[in-house]
Amino acid sequence: MSIATAPAPSLLARASARPSLWREATRRFRRHRLAMVGFVILLSMVMAVVVGPFVYRVPIDEIDFRAKLKGPSRAHPLGTDDLGQDLLARMLYGGRISLAVGVAAMLISITIGTTVGAMAGQLGGAVDHTLMRLTDLFLSLPQLPLLLLIVYLFRDALKKVLGPEAGIFVMIVAVIAGLRWMPVARLVRAQFLSLREKEFVEAARSLGAPTLRQVVRHILPNALGPVIVAGSLDVAAAIIAESSLSFLGLGFPPDIPTWGRILYDAKDNLDFAPHWALFPGTAIFLTVLSINYIGDGLRDALDPRKVLGHK
Amino acid sequence: MSRYVVRRLVIMIPVIFGISLVLFMILALAPGDPFEELATNPNVPPEVRMNLRAQFGLDDPVPVRYVRWLTSMVRGDWGFSFVSRVDVVTLILQRLPTSLFVLGSAQLLGLLIALPIGTFSALRPYSIFDQVATTFAFIGFSLPTFFTGLVFILVFSLTLDWLPFIYRADIADTGWRWWWQHARQAIMPVAVLGLFQGATLTRFVRSAVLDVIRLDYVNTARAKGLSEGATVVKHVVRNALIPVVTLVALQIPAIFTGAVITEQIFRIPGIGSLLISSILANDTPVIMAITFVFSCLVVIFNLVADLLYGWLDPRISYR
Amino acid sequence: MDERELTGLIAQVHTGALSRRRFTQMMIALGLTAPMASQMLGGAAAYAQTKSTYAPTKRGGGGPLKVLWWQSPTLLNPHFATGTKDQDGSRIFYEPLAAFDPDGNLAPILAAEIPSLQNGAVAKDGKSVTWKLKKNVTWHDGKPFTADDIVFNWEYAADPATAATTVSSYKDIARIDKIDSHTVKITFKNPTPFWSDAFCGYRGMILPKHVFEAFKGGKSREAPANLKPIGTGAYKFVDFKPGDIVRGELNPNYHMPNRPHFDTIEMKGGGDAVSAGRAVVQTGEYDYAWNMQVEEEIMKRMEQGGRGKFETSPSGNIEHIQCNQTDPWKEVDGERSSVKAPHPFLTDPAVRQALSLLVDRGSVHEEIYGRGGQTTANFLNAPSKYASKANKAEFNVEKASQILEAAGWKKGADGVRAKDGKRLKMVYQTSINAPRQKTQAIIKQAAAKAGIELELKSITASVFFSSDAANPDIYSRFSTDIQMYTTTQASPDPQTFMEQFASWEVANKENKYQGRNITRWRNEDYDKLFKAAESELDPVKRAALFIRMNDMAIQNVVVVPVIWRTKVQAVSSRLKGVEISGWDNDTAQLFNWYKA
Repeated sequence: MSIATAPAPSLLARASARPSLWREATRRFRRHRLAMVGFVILLSMVMAVVVGPFVYRVPIDEIDFRAKLKGPSRAHPLGTDDLGQDLLARMLYGGRISLAVGVAAMLISITIGTTVGAMAGQLGGAVDHTLMRLTDLFLSLPQLPLLLLIVYLFRDALKKVLGPEAGIFVMIVAVIAGLRWMPVARLVRAQFLSLREKEFVEAARSLGAPTLRQVVRHILPNALGPVIVAGSLDVAAAIIAESSLSFLGLGFPPDIPTWGRILYDAKDNLDFAPHWALFPGTAIFLTVLSINYIGDGLRDALDPRKVLGHK
Repeated sequence: MSRYVVRRLVIMIPVIFGISLVLFMILALAPGDPFEELATNPNVPPEVRMNLRAQFGLDDPVPVRYVRWLTSMVRGDWGFSFVSRVDVVTLILQRLPTSLFVLGSAQLLGLLIALPIGTFSALRPYSIFDQVATTFAFIGFSLPTFFTGLVFILVFSLTLDWLPFIYRADIADTGWRWWWQHARQAIMPVAVLGLFQGATLTRFVRSAVLDVIRLDYVNTARAKGLSEGATVVKHVVRNALIPVVTLVALQIPAIFTGAVITEQIFRIPGIGSLLISSILANDTPVIMAITFVFSCLVVIFNLVADLLYGWLDPRISYR
Repeated sequence: MDERELTGLIAQVHTGALSRRRFTQMMIALGLTAPMASQMLGGAAAYAQTKSTYAPTKRGGGGPLKVLWWQSPTLLNPHFATGTKDQDGSRIFYEPLAAFDPDGNLAPILAAEIPSLQNGAVAKDGKSVTWKLKKNVTWHDGKPFTADDIVFNWEYAADPATAATTVSSYKDIARIDKIDSHTVKITFKNPTPFWSDAFCGYRGMILPKHVFEAFKGGKSREAPANLKPIGTGAYKFVDFKPGDIVRGELNPNYHMPNRPHFDTIEMKGGGDAVSAGRAVVQTGEYDYAWNMQVEEEIMKRMEQGGRGKFETSPSGNIEHIQCNQTDPWKEVDGERSSVKAPHPFLTDPAVRQALSLLVDRGSVHEEIYGRGGQTTANFLNAPSKYASKANKAEFNVEKASQILEAAGWKKGADGVRAKDGKRLKMVYQTSINAPRQKTQAIIKQAAAKAGIELELKSITASVFFSSDAANPDIYSRFSTDIQMYTTTQASPDPQTFMEQFASWEVANKENKYQGRNITRWRNEDYDKLFKAAESELDPVKRAALFIRMNDMAIQNVVVVPVIWRTKVQAVSSRLKGVEISGWDNDTAQLFNWYKA
């Protein structure tokens, strides 16, 4: 294992040669094998759910009791559910929503969380206090009554402004992201508190780098570790949360087959028709896996102090 | 530092009351009614429902209700459940031991799994061990607890018939049989929850250890001749613990409110199931009491976490 | 069979040559009903057949009885019960004068015999009834049960300040006279054909005067006995944790011989129906589970182990679709679904007719409810003397399309029919419940084929069934075009049940949407029929009136019946003597349960 030290001059050189930093990062990302695997998986899933329904034209809600609870076959490549509806068609259709909700909610929650945490950790003092107390407030909120209230207050208004589908989508993403940014904020703040005092930051500071540059160039990339992990966790959690919401009548209508919803519908037939649960479960698993590997790759790519050559 | 602690403690009180005000308003404004079942029954005349609402003060304006709640709470009277007319404190205390036992054990299990596995994974990143551990961790948190709970029940209760799946808080046996019965029925829920927590925590531990391992002082320690083991324990783990402490501090209050879904599946009479049934029945006094205690725990444990950062990494200071 | 032969048979029963049971069976085969058979026999007490199947010859020794109620009781005072769970829990400890058996007849519990016209206990003018109480019955604390307790219960439940949920059964009593320590005469304000509403079944559980006396009226909810019941039942109170568990132990002074069989009873709550079923039928951890709303497929698979079965009891509950006669999308004077704004197309009988032909009841029954229900064309189905034979349940997409076409509803380019600029698009709501969502999906598909577009909506049950007038999602505000849920028929007498189509019951803003007429349908003829039935004392004429009322509601397609629900429960194969009535609590005859 070779030791990578980053003497100050090299830091400066990098900082001033910005375009090459991104190219460097992209290059490193592409060399990271698992990140590329993750990227490919995610890309194929996105393509499948975007293009799939146009190619595979079996309807998602065709009820056919003679074909119910059957395993994979030629007519139904992923099998059918208890109403005889084709699972592949439902997974492709619902996948759009699940992926969109999962990724959107994740991006929003980690953006909010990172911003809040960074500001609190870096600026300290009264800003830290206020932001952390705000975080405490959000952490204390009971999710269910809050959800009921938000839906009750905003559902009709959003529907009018954005149309029924987009309205519900915005509401769900806002609600899920709005209740998941707090742990990210606390984690990022903790990272900042300890990284703020580390030598390479001191070095940058003593060289006159302004606060924002310190934060963005030096501290943030090193603080991203927990953020990446939280990101991949959040995607899974968001997909499942959407299904809990729909179970409570607060999300998409129950006949919209999001992955979490299919998983929930399948749970009472696990002993008899495991395929019904296996496919959405695997889909969620693959999404999480790919996001996580991409995140790993991103972190390694952006880290100026990366250890080269690992076992 | 002590000035910081004092300042934090002093601010805690108004913060907690501020939070309670927001909580109360949310509950008061949320739709729903404690008297749902009366609605579809043609034998219950409308006056009875209206009388009940008036009796419980549900038709009074929100600020009035909040002040009423606050003043009685401060005096120690936490009110009565709308639904069962049982003293709220009694209701909570009835369920507290079970919550602590099941959820506390699950947290512990999660930690016991995550710390060694996460650390070891990070020490040998991308090795076979790491790949396998990572895959299991992903499976662990991609699947919702209702799913894993059901799979466990299917395998261990229905197919193998080894374990009971309905949790009974009062078991008539005594002595070691009492412990044995409790353990048997707790294994599955504790495993479901513990594995889920463990899966998420493992990822964080691994990431944190990886971050620390690359830093200079670790290499310095190695260069100085410290054995790998000592390096890991004395330098790596302590610093990597900071994110772990953050997370554990966030999780401990959750022991109090429990894991709603797991409690439902195994019928564990914990505070989580009390909370969810109160929410669905719009039983405001119970919800307020539980969420209030929860918010106190959140505030307190986040303070504890902040103080621990200082201990784990002496360079951290609070400006 | 003519009148002479009937008389002959009746005579045979009285001499003992023919058993009552056999006679009743013969009458049922002729299309009559058990209650009618009893009446023909001159009700020498309309006794339900005594369970000669009760085997144990001594009290106790049966060990623990463990039952699962997946909605757990939250209080144990039957007069405050907000659902069957609370009633079932209370019924372990409290008892009424009589219980309703599966056919809707009365079976005496604390009464010495059942009053009837023949034995003179029911007055001919329908204004009073005399009950003889069982002697030597004691409360769990040893004090005797007397007529004073009956009088007290009436005062307690009828007092509006008590806000008892059972008040409607007691408020029409003018007075109760105590004839002696074990006889009471109840006098009603008006002639009351349904005199057994008070003091029978789950609305009739009797509380001890000496315990509750200090807690009448406004103080009623503070009584400690609300959580620690003292009753006359087969089991005495041991412990109660609201929302979790109720425990009782054998009552050594119980007034029926050799009963109960079990030494303790434990009623555990929480979880969902499917896992409760599993615990009884698959693992045998529990002996009985209530309210198995589980899909037929899953039930069949669980029964394969042979450890238990899912048994059914018919009730009057009907899952149905309501057609909004008013416009939910237009607001008049701050009120949606107001009678001042009739519905744009649901007021067209052709549309409603078509809708009733698009409900595939057969599939819903076979694929979803299974033994949990039966298909029906009627709103009022039980007891059978009230079931109309005039209506047919039909599923015919073609016919529906033709009716719509003929009425001028032509299919547009998007496949949805329209006329005069109005599209046949409806929002269809119900509560969150897997069988309901599946039913919605099935109906949506059929409707689409006929050119009707249905948008599905589902609302969480505690909001849908609440009485919060400010929330537009509650069922009584009916803010969509059609909605679906089950109305419970709480007693074998259909009077309160059928009142929900009367025009004075229309739910509106003024009565805070607490009226029971949700469809907002108004019809003068129906109102006249109802008023007539209210005071009609002749049971045959009365039944005919109710049948006509049902036919009006069905033929005008005010509601579309979907499934006539049966109660389903999970029973362990070792548990015997369980006979659940659809008209009373599951725990009504708990004293008869035993293990072989």
